[in-house]
Amino acid sequence: MREITYLEAVREAMSQEMRKNDDVFILGEDIGVYGGAFGVTRGMIEEFGPERVRNTPISESGIAGAAVGSALTGMRPILELQFSDFITIALDQIANQAAKVRYMYGGKGKVPMVLRTPSGSGTGAAAQHSQSLEAWVAHVPGLKVVQPSTAYDVKGLLKAAMDDDNPVIFYEHKLLYKSKSDVPEEQYSIPLGQADVKREGTDTTIVATAIMVQRALEAADELEKEGISVEVIDPRTLVPLDEETIIKSVSKTGRLVVVHEAVKRGGYGGEIASMIAESAAFDYLDAPIKRLGGAESPIPYNPELEKAHVPQVPDIVKAVKETLNRK
Amino acid sequence: MEKLNVPEQISNDKLKDIYKQMWLIRYFDEKVDEFFAKGMIHGTTHLAVGQEASAAGACAVIEQKDKITSTHRGHGHCIAKGATVDKMMAELFGRTTGYCKGKGGSMHIADVEMGNLGANGIVAGGIPLAVGSALTAHMKKLDYVTLCFFGDGATNEGSFHEALNLASVWNLPVIFICENNQYGMSGSVKEMVKVEDIATRSKSYGFPGVVVDGNDVVEMMNVTNEAVERARKGEGPTLIEAKTYRWKGHSKSDAKKYRTREEEKEWKAKDGIKRFKEVLLEANILTEEQEEVLRKEAKKEVEDSVEFAKNSPMPGKEELLTDVYA
Repeated sequence: MREITYLEAVREAMSQEMRKNDDVFILGEDIGVYGGAFGVTRGMIEEFGPERVRNTPISESGIAGAAVGSALTGMRPILELQFSDFITIALDQIANQAAKVRYMYGGKGKVPMVLRTPSGSGTGAAAQHSQSLEAWVAHVPGLKVVQPSTAYDVKGLLKAAMDDDNPVIFYEHKLLYKSKSDVPEEQYSIPLGQADVKREGTDTTIVATAIMVQRALEAADELEKEGISVEVIDPRTLVPLDEETIIKSVSKTGRLVVVHEAVKRGGYGGEIASMIAESAAFDYLDAPIKRLGGAESPIPYNPELEKAHVPQVPDIVKAVKETLNRK
Repeated sequence: MEKLNVPEQISNDKLKDIYKQMWLIRYFDEKVDEFFAKGMIHGTTHLAVGQEASAAGACAVIEQKDKITSTHRGHGHCIAKGATVDKMMAELFGRTTGYCKGKGGSMHIADVEMGNLGANGIVAGGIPLAVGSALTAHMKKLDYVTLCFFGDGATNEGSFHEALNLASVWNLPVIFICENNQYGMSGSVKEMVKVEDIATRSKSYGFPGVVVDGNDVVEMMNVTNEAVERARKGEGPTLIEAKTYRWKGHSKSDAKKYRTREEEKEWKAKDGIKRFKEVLLEANILTEEQEEVLRKEAKKEVEDSVEFAKNSPMPGKEELLTDVYA
């Protein structure tokens, strides 16, 4: 199998679907000849033309609404927001319109759209271009929320998101765009709501999302050298959440570390921890659940401070050891 | 019998339908007002009494295939787009036979299949949606237009400006209809908007804006028809500002301290229904007797809708979690 990058996998998933389905189109700022803020749509306007690769004015609320309205009337738009922080400007259309239309209308109408957007820190873009706000949207019934961590996953999950008849918020992590994995050339779908056990282990379960999956796997490698066996689970989608896989793992290991890049307070990790506390796995817990997340500050510019804001491999190693009462 | 100066597709029979429809809108909202006062309906509601002409006139010139987006003050648009008052009243009573199975209520009545893309509880929230609907028409080469209703207050929202610009740069078949009823909740348009006419805001986006007497249903038809023709010919959007007035308060609890009773009286003298009646009588399109029949029919439809709503079932608790996802 060939290896491609996460970024190429996103582009390939969209292009393959657009070749098959005329209702699918992409709209966003600078996605035309520029190729998007991160280059994801590069070459697409040349293949599909400006009607289906729609370069938009800088109007997040307007273009989000245009996506919702077109979805409601029969299109299947993919909206690219340059940075996930900008969802704040589009949020009325996402949280009040897209998420609720079907319910408010008593089941009539549907909004099959994907909002793709790069999230996360590590690029030195500071406080307004580095956030991970997935918990905001995960809180809103009617939306689905996806956070792929590998090139293989991103292609299959994006296919599932494009096939879904609901609004899906699809977070692409900026630092993962260059990461590579084996990715089949043909289209394939990874069902939304199916977690992936990225590494099997017996002592402690780590549930990690997005870039933290890689860091958790690195931490697991280090811990293995000390004879500690870690299971790493990537939920891949926050909504719907594959509770069963996590409960099963924690019932086996008896220990749980949840790690995400988003600010810890109010982060989705709290949801996962609570879910376990309410589940049958609670009886199996041998140690308090540990949560790791971003610091309670805006994301700073200085590279060292920026790094200190989010969990790093040593933090994860330390947290796992704490669940085992080891130093 | 004279032929009025109206778009050619509007027959004299259609004019009578429109007249009856205006009464239907008024009676419906007056009935809703009464029920709220008596505590028979819960939640909140926003009434369009006094604004019948803009909804009825604009929707008179579009077809079933065309679409509308509406606002929190949306009962009139809904009726004008062909909704049945039975299902509307049932929705307000929270019944399963309502347009939204009792899940939406007054601010969210929609009938997507009939081209009513929904009322909206967020001021200006429906404007970008209308642009999206027009985008579908453009991309799929479907011959429908989208009428987008909103109030004066919405034109100070960012979504309004973003949507107008987007519709313009993409040259989309959408007609923006601002029903300027002079007030937001309490904020007078005189205090909140510096330009004399909201219609002039279209200039910033490079397409025409037209001011119309929103209480003149004939003028409303003509101006909307022209905009619809432009849109169908691929000439892009139009902004229509219909100057009108809401007779009732903003919502159910409004002491109307922000305006005078004299002002209300002045506007009531410009009642769109009364004026249209005079026009129809003058042109011998309608006799006094026929007028009374139409009015009584409208009243009966509303009374029947109440019976329909009251006799309809309440949703079961199992309905809570259905329709969240498709």
